[in-house]
Amino acid sequence: MLKHRVIPCVLLKDWQLVKSIGFEAFRTIGHPTSTARIYNARNVDELIVLDIDASLAGDEINREIITDIADECFMPLTIGGGINSIEDIYTVLNAGADKIAINSKALENINFIKEASSIFGSQCIVCSIDVKKVDGEYKVFNKSKGTLDIDPLDLAQKYQEYGAGEILLTSVDREGSTLGYDIELIQLFKNKLDIPIILNGGMSEPKDAVDAIENGADAVAAAYIFHFSRFTPDDIKQELMKHDIKVRNISCF
Amino acid sequence: MGNLRSVQKAFEKVGCNAMITNNIDTIKNADKIVLPGVGAFRDGMKHLKELGLIDILNQEVIENKKPFLGICLGMQLIAKKSYEHGETDGLGWIDAEVIKFDFSSQSKKLKIPHVGWNNICYKNENRLFRDIANSSDFYFVHSYHFQSNEDVVTSTTDYGFDFVSSVNKDNIYAIQFHPEKSQVYGLKIIENFINLQSEF
Repeated sequence: MLKHRVIPCVLLKDWQLVKSIGFEAFRTIGHPTSTARIYNARNVDELIVLDIDASLAGDEINREIITDIADECFMPLTIGGGINSIEDIYTVLNAGADKIAINSKALENINFIKEASSIFGSQCIVCSIDVKKVDGEYKVFNKSKGTLDIDPLDLAQKYQEYGAGEILLTSVDREGSTLGYDIELIQLFKNKLDIPIILNGGMSEPKDAVDAIENGADAVAAAYIFHFSRFTPDDIKQELMKHDIKVRNISCF
Repeated sequence: MGNLRSVQKAFEKVGCNAMITNNIDTIKNADKIVLPGVGAFRDGMKHLKELGLIDILNQEVIENKKPFLGICLGMQLIAKKSYEHGETDGLGWIDAEVIKFDFSSQSKKLKIPHVGWNNICYKNENRLFRDIANSSDFYFVHSYHFQSNEDVVTSTTDYGFDFVSSVNKDNIYAIQFHPEKSQVYGLKIIENFINLQSEF
Protein backbone atom coordinates (compact mmCIF):
# COMPACT_ATOMS: atom_id res chain seq x y z
CA MET A 1 0.00 0.00 0.00
CA LEU A 2 0.98 3.62 -0.43
CA LYS A 3 3.05 5.19 2.30
CA HIS A 4 2.74 8.42 4.25
CA ARG A 5 5.54 10.80 3.35
CA VAL A 6 7.79 13.09 5.36
CA ILE A 7 8.95 15.93 3.12
CA PRO A 8 11.53 18.62 3.81
CA CYS A 9 10.24 21.90 2.37
CA VAL A 10 12.83 24.57 1.77
CA LEU A 11 12.72 28.14 0.51
CA LEU A 12 15.02 29.65 -2.06
CA LYS A 13 15.94 33.34 -2.06
CA ASP A 14 18.88 35.07 -3.73
CA TRP A 15 20.43 31.71 -4.61
CA GLN A 16 20.42 30.71 -0.97
CA LEU A 17 18.19 28.44 0.99
CA VAL A 18 16.38 30.43 3.63
CA LYS A 19 14.05 29.85 6.52
CA SER A 20 11.26 32.22 7.43
CA ILE A 21 8.83 32.81 10.26
CA GLY A 22 5.31 33.47 9.03
CA PHE A 23 6.79 34.17 5.59
CA GLU A 24 8.96 36.97 7.01
CA ALA A 25 12.29 37.32 8.81
CA PHE A 26 14.28 35.27 6.32
CA ARG A 27 17.43 33.57 7.54
CA THR A 28 20.00 32.02 5.28
CA ILE A 29 20.44 28.36 6.11
CA GLY A 30 22.73 27.14 3.41
CA HIS A 31 23.45 26.53 -0.21
CA PRO A 32 20.70 24.81 -2.19
CA THR A 33 22.86 22.21 -3.91
CA SER A 34 24.57 21.04 -0.75
CA THR A 35 21.27 20.97 1.12
CA ALA A 36 19.70 18.85 -1.63
CA ARG A 37 22.73 16.55 -1.45
CA ILE A 38 22.31 16.14 2.30
CA TYR A 39 18.60 15.36 2.01
CA ASN A 40 19.35 12.88 -0.73
CA ALA A 41 21.97 11.24 1.48
CA ARG A 42 19.40 11.11 4.26
CA ASN A 43 17.21 9.15 1.88
CA VAL A 44 14.15 11.43 2.24
CA ASP A 45 10.87 10.51 0.53
CA GLU A 46 10.62 13.71 -1.47
CA LEU A 47 11.85 17.32 -1.48
CA ILE A 48 9.88 20.53 -1.99
CA VAL A 49 11.74 23.69 -3.01
CA LEU A 50 9.84 26.97 -3.23
CA ASP A 51 11.55 29.86 -4.96
CA ILE A 52 10.23 32.92 -3.16
CA ASP A 53 12.21 35.36 -5.28
CA ALA A 54 10.48 34.13 -8.39
CA SER A 55 7.06 34.30 -6.82
CA LEU A 56 7.41 37.70 -5.16
CA ALA A 57 9.38 39.65 -7.71
CA GLY A 58 7.75 38.02 -10.72
CA ASP A 59 11.25 36.99 -11.73
CA GLU A 60 11.96 34.35 -14.27
CA ILE A 61 12.36 30.79 -13.11
CA ASN A 62 15.92 30.12 -12.12
CA ARG A 63 16.53 27.16 -14.40
CA GLU A 64 20.19 26.80 -13.54
CA ILE A 65 19.69 26.42 -9.83
CA ILE A 66 16.78 24.03 -10.32
CA THR A 67 18.98 21.86 -12.55
CA ASP A 68 21.71 21.88 -9.89
CA ILE A 69 19.24 20.83 -7.20
CA ALA A 70 17.61 18.18 -9.41
CA ASP A 71 21.01 16.68 -10.22
CA GLU A 72 21.42 15.87 -6.52
CA CYS A 73 17.97 14.33 -6.09
CA PHE A 74 17.29 10.66 -6.61
CA MET A 75 13.83 11.11 -5.17
CA PRO A 76 10.81 13.09 -6.38
CA LEU A 77 11.37 16.83 -6.44
CA THR A 78 8.65 19.48 -6.35
CA ILE A 79 9.49 23.02 -7.43
CA GLY A 80 7.27 26.03 -6.80
CA GLY A 81 7.38 29.79 -7.06
CA GLY A 82 6.91 32.01 -10.09
CA ILE A 83 5.08 29.47 -12.22
CA ASN A 84 3.08 31.72 -14.54
CA SER A 85 2.74 29.85 -17.79
CA ILE A 86 2.71 26.42 -19.42
CA GLU A 87 6.15 27.36 -20.73
CA ASP A 88 7.38 27.79 -17.13
CA ILE A 89 6.17 24.29 -16.30
CA TYR A 90 8.08 22.84 -19.26
CA THR A 91 11.19 24.71 -18.06
CA VAL A 92 10.95 23.37 -14.53
CA LEU A 93 10.14 19.79 -15.53
CA ASN A 94 12.92 19.77 -18.12
CA ALA A 95 15.33 21.01 -15.46
CA GLY A 96 14.63 17.78 -13.61
CA ALA A 97 11.66 18.46 -11.33
CA ASP A 98 8.89 15.86 -11.08
CA LYS A 99 6.10 18.09 -9.86
CA ILE A 100 5.41 21.79 -9.78
CA ALA A 101 3.67 23.74 -7.03
CA ILE A 102 1.33 26.52 -8.11
CA ASN A 103 0.00 29.19 -5.78
CA SER A 104 -0.59 32.78 -7.01
CA LYS A 105 -1.27 31.83 -10.62
CA ALA A 106 -4.05 29.45 -9.57
CA LEU A 107 -5.65 32.15 -7.41
CA GLU A 108 -5.53 34.50 -10.34
CA ASN A 109 -6.81 32.05 -12.94
CA ILE A 110 -8.12 28.64 -11.89
CA ASN A 111 -8.35 27.49 -15.51
CA PHE A 112 -4.57 27.42 -15.51
CA ILE A 113 -4.79 24.32 -13.28
CA LYS A 114 -7.09 22.62 -15.78
CA GLU A 115 -4.80 23.44 -18.67
CA ALA A 116 -1.65 22.38 -16.82
CA SER A 117 -3.08 19.11 -15.57
CA SER A 118 -4.44 18.18 -18.98
CA ILE A 119 -1.02 18.70 -20.55
CA PHE A 120 1.26 17.30 -17.85
CA GLY A 121 -1.09 15.01 -15.91
CA SER A 122 -2.53 15.78 -12.51
CA GLN A 123 0.23 13.76 -10.82
CA CYS A 124 2.67 16.60 -11.38
CA ILE A 125 0.41 19.51 -10.41
CA VAL A 126 0.53 20.46 -6.72
CA CYS A 127 -1.69 23.36 -5.66
CA SER A 128 -0.31 25.30 -2.75
CA ILE A 129 -2.70 27.04 -0.37
CA ASP A 130 -1.48 29.38 2.38
CA VAL A 131 -3.86 29.87 5.26
CA LYS A 132 -4.18 32.47 8.01
CA LYS A 133 -6.63 32.53 10.86
CA VAL A 134 -8.46 35.86 11.05
CA ASP A 135 -11.05 36.49 13.79
CA GLY A 136 -11.35 32.77 14.41
CA GLU A 137 -11.87 31.88 10.75
CA TYR A 138 -9.46 30.33 8.31
CA LYS A 139 -8.82 32.43 5.22
CA VAL A 140 -6.61 32.03 2.19
CA PHE A 141 -3.51 34.18 2.37
CA ASN A 142 -1.40 35.41 -0.50
CA LYS A 143 2.11 36.85 -0.14
CA SER A 144 1.44 39.86 -2.34
CA LYS A 145 -2.31 40.32 -1.87
CA GLY A 146 -2.57 39.60 1.86
CA THR A 147 -5.56 37.86 3.43
CA LEU A 148 -8.34 37.04 1.00
CA ASP A 149 -11.97 36.36 1.75
CA ILE A 150 -11.74 32.79 0.45
CA ASP A 151 -12.41 29.62 2.43
CA PRO A 152 -9.37 27.31 2.12
CA LEU A 153 -11.41 24.10 1.92
CA ASP A 154 -13.67 25.50 -0.82
CA LEU A 155 -10.57 26.51 -2.75
CA ALA A 156 -8.94 23.09 -2.30
CA GLN A 157 -12.08 21.33 -3.53
CA LYS A 158 -12.16 23.60 -6.54
CA TYR A 159 -8.50 22.89 -7.30
CA GLN A 160 -9.24 19.17 -7.12
CA GLU A 161 -12.15 19.57 -9.51
CA TYR A 162 -9.89 21.44 -11.94
CA GLY A 163 -7.28 18.70 -11.92
CA ALA A 164 -4.83 19.29 -9.08
CA GLY A 165 -3.00 16.14 -8.03
CA GLU A 166 -2.12 17.23 -4.51
CA ILE A 167 -2.69 20.07 -2.08
CA LEU A 168 0.17 21.64 -0.13
CA LEU A 169 -1.60 23.24 2.83
CA THR A 170 0.50 25.72 4.81
CA SER A 171 -0.52 27.44 8.00
CA VAL A 172 1.19 30.83 7.81
CA ASP A 173 0.56 31.36 11.53
CA ARG A 174 2.42 28.17 12.38
CA GLU A 175 5.12 28.44 9.71
CA GLY A 176 8.49 28.60 11.48
CA SER A 177 6.72 28.78 14.85
CA THR A 178 7.57 25.38 16.38
CA LEU A 179 4.06 25.30 17.85
CA GLY A 180 3.16 22.08 16.06
CA TYR A 181 0.87 21.67 13.09
CA ASP A 182 -2.50 23.41 13.01
CA ILE A 183 -4.60 20.37 13.88
CA GLU A 184 -7.86 22.29 13.84
CA LEU A 185 -7.11 23.25 10.23
CA ILE A 186 -6.35 19.74 9.02
CA GLN A 187 -9.44 18.41 10.77
CA LEU A 188 -11.55 20.65 8.56
CA PHE A 189 -10.01 18.91 5.54
CA LYS A 190 -10.24 15.35 6.82
CA ASN A 191 -12.03 13.07 4.30
CA LYS A 192 -13.10 16.08 2.26
CA LEU A 193 -10.71 15.57 -0.66
CA ASP A 194 -9.84 12.62 -2.88
CA ILE A 195 -6.33 13.92 -3.51
CA PRO A 196 -3.48 13.84 -0.96
CA ILE A 197 -2.95 16.75 1.41
CA ILE A 198 0.55 17.69 2.48
CA LEU A 199 0.33 19.64 5.73
CA ASN A 200 3.01 22.25 6.29
CA GLY A 201 3.96 24.68 9.02
CA GLY A 202 4.93 24.24 12.63
CA MET A 203 6.40 20.79 13.16
CA SER A 204 8.82 20.93 16.07
CA GLU A 205 8.94 17.34 17.26
CA PRO A 206 8.19 13.91 15.74
CA LYS A 207 4.91 13.55 17.64
CA ASP A 208 3.52 16.54 15.67
CA ALA A 209 3.67 14.45 12.49
CA VAL A 210 1.65 11.68 14.16
CA ASP A 211 -1.03 14.20 15.16
CA ALA A 212 -1.14 15.63 11.64
CA ILE A 213 -1.56 12.26 9.92
CA GLU A 214 -4.01 10.88 12.47
CA ASN A 215 -6.13 13.99 11.90
CA GLY A 216 -6.26 13.82 8.13
CA ALA A 217 -2.93 14.72 6.52
CA ASP A 218 -1.58 12.27 3.95
CA ALA A 219 1.94 13.65 4.15
CA VAL A 220 3.79 16.16 6.30
CA ALA A 221 6.20 18.85 5.16
CA ALA A 222 8.55 20.75 7.41
CA ALA A 223 11.59 22.99 7.36
CA TYR A 224 12.47 24.33 10.78
CA ILE A 225 12.71 20.99 12.55
CA PHE A 226 15.28 19.66 10.09
CA HIS A 227 17.47 22.75 10.18
CA PHE A 228 17.37 23.84 13.78
CA SER A 229 16.78 20.72 15.80
CA ARG A 230 18.41 17.35 16.34
CA PHE A 231 15.54 15.56 14.57
CA THR A 232 15.99 14.12 11.10
CA PRO A 233 13.29 12.94 8.69
CA ASP A 234 14.13 9.39 9.81
CA ASP A 235 13.35 10.25 13.44
CA ILE A 236 9.93 11.45 12.32
CA LYS A 237 9.34 8.21 10.44
CA GLN A 238 10.44 6.06 13.38
CA GLU A 239 7.84 7.87 15.49
CA LEU A 240 5.16 7.35 12.82
CA MET A 241 6.00 3.64 12.69
CA LYS A 242 5.58 3.41 16.46
CA HIS A 243 2.01 4.61 15.93
CA ASP A 244 1.36 2.04 13.20
CA ILE A 245 1.37 4.67 10.47
CA LYS A 246 2.74 3.18 7.24
CA VAL A 247 5.90 4.87 6.04
CA ARG A 248 8.42 3.96 3.42
CA ASN A 249 10.79 1.17 4.30
CA ILE A 250 13.73 2.88 5.97
CA SER A 251 15.89 -0.03 6.98
CA CYS A 252 19.54 0.81 6.56
CA PHE A 253 21.08 -0.11 3.29
CA MET B 1 7.37 13.37 -22.09
CA GLY B 2 9.51 11.91 -19.37
CA ASN B 3 12.66 12.98 -17.75
CA LEU B 4 15.43 11.18 -19.58
CA ARG B 5 18.06 13.22 -17.78
CA SER B 6 16.96 11.81 -14.40
CA VAL B 7 17.42 8.28 -15.69
CA GLN B 8 20.78 9.10 -17.25
CA LYS B 9 22.19 10.68 -14.10
CA ALA B 10 21.05 7.68 -12.03
CA PHE B 11 23.14 5.44 -14.31
CA GLU B 12 26.05 7.88 -14.04
CA LYS B 13 25.69 7.86 -10.26
CA VAL B 14 26.45 4.14 -10.15
CA GLY B 15 29.39 4.56 -12.49
CA CYS B 16 27.87 3.70 -15.84
CA ASN B 17 28.33 5.62 -19.05
CA ALA B 18 24.77 6.14 -20.30
CA MET B 19 23.81 7.84 -23.54
CA ILE B 20 20.44 9.26 -24.51
CA THR B 21 20.04 8.30 -28.15
CA ASN B 22 17.73 7.45 -31.01
CA ASN B 23 20.64 6.56 -33.27
CA ILE B 24 20.56 3.02 -34.67
CA ASP B 25 24.35 2.53 -34.67
CA THR B 26 24.66 3.75 -31.09
CA ILE B 27 22.00 1.25 -30.03
CA LYS B 28 23.77 -1.48 -31.99
CA ASN B 29 27.06 -0.74 -30.26
CA ALA B 30 25.64 -0.43 -26.73
CA ASP B 31 26.23 -3.15 -24.15
CA LYS B 32 22.79 -2.78 -22.71
CA ILE B 33 19.57 -1.03 -23.65
CA VAL B 34 17.23 0.98 -21.40
CA LEU B 35 13.81 2.12 -22.50
CA PRO B 36 12.48 4.67 -20.00
CA GLY B 37 9.40 6.75 -20.37
CA VAL B 38 6.42 8.51 -18.93
CA GLY B 39 3.43 9.28 -21.09
CA ALA B 40 0.89 7.60 -23.29
CA PHE B 41 1.38 4.15 -24.84
CA ARG B 42 0.20 5.14 -28.31
CA ASP B 43 2.59 8.11 -28.47
CA GLY B 44 5.43 5.92 -27.26
CA MET B 45 4.88 3.31 -29.98
CA LYS B 46 4.35 6.00 -32.58
CA HIS B 47 7.68 7.60 -31.72
CA LEU B 48 9.50 4.27 -31.83
CA LYS B 49 8.02 3.63 -35.27
CA GLU B 50 8.71 7.11 -36.62
CA LEU B 51 12.30 6.95 -35.43
CA GLY B 52 12.67 3.55 -37.08
CA LEU B 53 13.75 1.93 -33.82
CA ILE B 54 11.50 -1.12 -33.71
CA ASP B 55 13.63 -3.31 -35.98
CA ILE B 56 16.86 -2.48 -34.20
CA LEU B 57 15.26 -3.13 -30.79
CA ASN B 58 13.95 -6.50 -31.98
CA GLN B 59 17.32 -7.34 -33.44
CA GLU B 60 19.39 -6.36 -30.41
CA VAL B 61 17.06 -7.54 -27.64
CA ILE B 62 15.33 -10.58 -29.14
CA GLU B 63 17.95 -11.92 -31.55
CA ASN B 64 21.21 -10.75 -29.95
CA LYS B 65 19.88 -11.12 -26.40
CA LYS B 66 21.29 -7.82 -25.21
CA PRO B 67 20.23 -7.04 -21.61
CA PHE B 68 17.22 -4.76 -21.71
CA LEU B 69 15.56 -2.70 -18.98
CA GLY B 70 12.12 -1.19 -19.52
CA ILE B 71 11.08 1.46 -17.02
CA CYS B 72 7.46 2.54 -16.45
CA LEU B 73 6.03 3.10 -19.96
CA GLY B 74 9.11 1.26 -21.19
CA MET B 75 7.81 -1.81 -19.35
CA GLN B 76 4.34 -1.46 -20.80
CA LEU B 77 5.65 -1.09 -24.35
CA ILE B 78 7.05 -4.64 -24.35
CA ALA B 79 3.53 -6.07 -23.96
CA LYS B 80 1.51 -7.34 -26.93
CA LYS B 81 -1.20 -4.78 -26.57
CA SER B 82 -2.38 -1.78 -24.58
CA TYR B 83 -5.91 -0.52 -24.04
CA GLU B 84 -4.84 3.06 -23.33
CA HIS B 85 -6.97 5.36 -25.52
CA GLY B 86 -8.22 2.51 -27.71
CA GLU B 87 -6.14 -0.50 -28.69
CA THR B 88 -2.49 -0.22 -29.63
CA ASP B 89 -0.04 -2.99 -30.39
CA GLY B 90 3.19 -2.96 -28.41
CA LEU B 91 6.56 -4.55 -29.07
CA GLY B 92 5.02 -7.88 -28.14
CA TRP B 93 8.05 -9.35 -26.40
CA ILE B 94 5.86 -10.68 -23.61
CA ASP B 95 2.38 -12.11 -23.97
CA ALA B 96 0.72 -9.43 -21.86
CA GLU B 97 -1.78 -6.63 -21.97
CA VAL B 98 -1.75 -3.18 -20.46
CA ILE B 99 -5.02 -2.10 -18.87
CA LYS B 100 -6.25 0.77 -16.74
CA PHE B 101 -6.63 0.40 -12.99
CA ASP B 102 -10.23 -0.55 -12.38
CA PHE B 103 -11.70 -0.34 -8.92
CA SER B 104 -15.36 -0.51 -9.99
CA SER B 105 -15.84 -3.92 -8.40
CA GLN B 106 -14.24 -2.82 -5.14
CA SER B 107 -15.76 -1.10 -2.15
CA LYS B 108 -12.84 1.28 -1.74
CA LYS B 109 -12.15 3.43 -4.79
CA LEU B 110 -8.48 4.23 -4.93
CA LYS B 111 -7.09 7.19 -6.80
CA ILE B 112 -5.78 6.99 -10.34
CA PRO B 113 -2.94 7.57 -11.11
CA HIS B 114 -1.22 5.41 -8.57
CA VAL B 115 1.42 7.87 -7.34
CA GLY B 116 3.85 7.51 -4.49
CA TRP B 117 5.98 5.07 -2.54
CA ASN B 118 4.73 1.51 -2.54
CA ASN B 119 6.37 -1.79 -1.76
CA ILE B 120 7.06 -4.66 -4.13
CA CYS B 121 6.60 -8.32 -3.13
CA TYR B 122 8.95 -10.76 -4.79
CA LYS B 123 7.49 -13.68 -6.70
CA ASN B 124 10.82 -15.38 -7.14
CA GLU B 125 14.47 -14.65 -6.73
CA ASN B 126 15.69 -12.24 -9.35
CA ARG B 127 19.12 -10.87 -10.16
CA LEU B 128 17.71 -7.39 -10.54
CA PHE B 129 16.77 -7.44 -6.84
CA ARG B 130 20.09 -8.72 -5.52
CA ASP B 131 20.87 -7.24 -2.05
CA ILE B 132 17.49 -5.53 -1.83
CA ALA B 133 15.16 -6.76 0.92
CA ASN B 134 11.78 -8.11 -0.10
CA SER B 135 8.94 -5.60 0.36
CA SER B 136 11.15 -2.55 -0.19
CA ASP B 137 9.47 0.64 -1.34
CA PHE B 138 9.79 2.19 -4.76
CA TYR B 139 8.34 5.28 -6.41
CA PHE B 140 5.40 4.75 -8.78
CA VAL B 141 3.52 7.09 -11.14
CA HIS B 142 1.08 5.35 -13.52
CA SER B 143 -2.59 4.86 -14.41
CA TYR B 144 -2.25 1.66 -16.43
CA HIS B 145 -0.77 -1.65 -15.39
CA PHE B 146 0.66 -4.78 -16.93
CA GLN B 147 -1.29 -8.04 -16.98
CA SER B 148 0.84 -10.98 -18.01
CA ASN B 149 -0.30 -14.24 -19.60
CA GLU B 150 3.21 -15.63 -19.23
CA ASP B 151 4.98 -16.82 -16.12
CA VAL B 152 7.45 -13.94 -16.05
CA VAL B 153 6.29 -11.92 -13.04
CA THR B 154 9.09 -11.14 -10.58
CA SER B 155 7.13 -8.90 -8.21
CA THR B 156 3.65 -7.62 -7.50
CA THR B 157 2.46 -4.52 -5.65
CA ASP B 158 -0.75 -3.97 -3.72
CA TYR B 159 -2.86 -1.08 -4.92
CA GLY B 160 -6.42 -2.22 -4.33
CA PHE B 161 -5.28 -5.58 -5.68
CA ASP B 162 -1.91 -7.13 -6.52
CA PHE B 163 -0.74 -5.82 -9.86
CA VAL B 164 2.42 -6.79 -11.73
CA SER B 165 5.21 -4.39 -10.78
CA SER B 166 8.10 -6.15 -12.54
CA VAL B 167 8.81 -8.93 -15.03
CA ASN B 168 11.83 -10.79 -16.35
CA LYS B 169 12.13 -13.08 -19.33
CA ASP B 170 15.63 -14.13 -20.35
CA ASN B 171 17.54 -10.91 -21.03
CA ILE B 172 14.42 -8.73 -20.80
CA TYR B 173 13.84 -6.94 -17.49
CA ALA B 174 11.04 -4.47 -16.91
CA ILE B 175 9.86 -2.50 -13.90
CA GLN B 176 6.78 -0.36 -13.46
CA PHE B 177 8.33 1.92 -10.82
CA HIS B 178 10.99 4.59 -11.29
CA PRO B 179 14.41 3.44 -10.04
CA GLU B 180 15.84 6.90 -10.77
CA LYS B 181 13.43 8.36 -8.19
CA SER B 182 13.58 5.53 -5.67
CA GLN B 183 16.66 6.54 -3.74
CA VAL B 184 19.20 3.92 -2.65
CA TYR B 185 17.16 0.86 -3.63
CA GLY B 186 16.43 2.35 -7.02
CA LEU B 187 20.11 3.00 -7.64
CA LYS B 188 20.84 -0.56 -6.47
CA ILE B 189 18.49 -1.93 -9.13
CA ILE B 190 20.33 0.07 -11.78
CA GLU B 191 23.64 -1.20 -10.44
CA ASN B 192 22.34 -4.78 -10.54
CA PHE B 193 21.22 -4.25 -14.11
CA ILE B 194 24.57 -2.92 -15.28
CA ASN B 195 26.31 -5.81 -13.51
CA LEU B 196 24.31 -8.40 -15.46
CA GLN B 197 26.58 -10.46 -17.66
CA SER B 198 25.46 -11.29 -21.16
CA GLU B 199 24.94 -14.96 -20.52
CA PHE B 200 21.51 -15.35 -21.99
